[in-house]
Amino acid sequence: MATYSTNDFKSGLKIMLDNAPCTIVENEFVRPGKGPAFSRVRIRNLKTGRVIDRTFKSGETVDAADVMEKEMSYLYNDGEFWHFMDDETFEQVSGDATAVGDAAKWIKDQDKCTVTLWNGEPILVAAPNFVELEVTDTDPGLKGDTSGGGGKPATLETGAVVRIPLFVQIGEMIKVDTRTGEYSARVKS
Amino acid sequence: MAFLQTRAELYQTIRLFFAEKNVLEVETPVLSAAASCDLNLESFSTMCVADQLMYLQTSPEFAMKRLLAAGSGSIYQIAKSFRQSERGRFHNPEFTLLEWYRVGFSLPDLMEEMVELLMLCFGQNLAFRTVTYQQIVQQLTGLNPHRATLSELMEYAANQGHPEAVTICDGKLSNGLDYVFSQYVQPKLKKEIVYFVTDYPECMAMLSKLSGTQPVTANRFEVYFNNVELANGYEELTDAVEQKKRFQDELTERQQVGLANVPMDENLLAALAHGLPDCSGVALGLDRLLMLMTDAKSIDDVLTFPIDRA
Repeated sequence: MATYSTNDFKSGLKIMLDNAPCTIVENEFVRPGKGPAFSRVRIRNLKTGRVIDRTFKSGETVDAADVMEKEMSYLYNDGEFWHFMDDETFEQVSGDATAVGDAAKWIKDQDKCTVTLWNGEPILVAAPNFVELEVTDTDPGLKGDTSGGGGKPATLETGAVVRIPLFVQIGEMIKVDTRTGEYSARVKS
Repeated sequence: MAFLQTRAELYQTIRLFFAEKNVLEVETPVLSAAASCDLNLESFSTMCVADQLMYLQTSPEFAMKRLLAAGSGSIYQIAKSFRQSERGRFHNPEFTLLEWYRVGFSLPDLMEEMVELLMLCFGQNLAFRTVTYQQIVQQLTGLNPHRATLSELMEYAANQGHPEAVTICDGKLSNGLDYVFSQYVQPKLKKEIVYFVTDYPECMAMLSKLSGTQPVTANRFEVYFNNVELANGYEELTDAVEQKKRFQDELTERQQVGLANVPMDENLLAALAHGLPDCSGVALGLDRLLMLMTDAKSIDDVLTFPIDRA
């Protein structure tokens, strides 16, 4: 297993901490007064998304985490697992609800997702920044209302619920920003 | 390229400042047969001739004190200094110190002069606050630094989410105090105020005199501005016997933690034995000062060529 010393620390480096794969968000070298040198590091646990602060003695080593990010196509959900495929190698992987997390409510077949793999297993799935989904249920809006003010809740084909403008109707396609979970635009068919 | 101009102007300001006060600019060797014995300072070494190791100075302190003992009077130096393995947003292994010594000055005299110089460098009035090490540590952590044991400090760190502090501090009380200060005090100092932190615990005396008060404190100060450690000043220890004892203690500690043995500066000890006049001295990091003057995010922004491109 490869190891990194604190001298190698930089943001984006993937390391193992408390048996979990993590990524370094920020690293600062500290040498107080005439005291011992150490690194003050902000670390994100890739499985839980939690960010913590840790200090490491200068020169201390940690194990590297075998973590990589891959663009993969979402194939299908078998009820328990979500399946993804590498478009180049056709290699398939599957992730559970913990790994897929919030992405589950946005993705549908063939969407290109960013899948974080740890030792080859998906631990994190990011939906595309924008997805286009059909409105499957919403109240009929008032005729002639074209303003964006107010809005109404709508259920999308994946089951996600977002607020949409009053003029958007059942059966129409909309574009959603998955990072904020907000309606972005109506898609002209 | 604007920072080249700023640095050049800063050096002019400094030289004019000291010229007007009749403080003599000096130059001392960067290479020395002796090294800093400090446990946390790692000197660069090089072979001068076969089998004779020479060390790059970690600060010009020792050589300047030899000049003071020889009767130079008040002196200052803008000196390249070198410390191994120090690299980060505020560190480059090669850096520049402004170090000056004032014969007959008390620490408050020297702090006043520092205020004067800083206002000149920043070209504006600055808010200053002098606090004792105990006041500021107690205010921000509730710990009494003169009473706290290492295990109490480590317990505090653990409660703050850093149980790993124990491995960093190597069982040494002064390391524990430094860790707590840099983690839980320094980041909480108010920005826009220049802090003079004074009266350090005895175990952090370094090369400073001790007070005759209870608890015994070290007559030194550090300057913090915008959470950055900027300067470190001492009422200088003039006692050769005490200085030799401190060096020996440091060498013993180096041995205990498996660090290379280094030669202590016998020339400095001889100079102290001959007689160092009562004086106060301070080292100010000029690269960091430039960072603060230009709002730079990294020391690299004020260096012509940082170590990775040197």
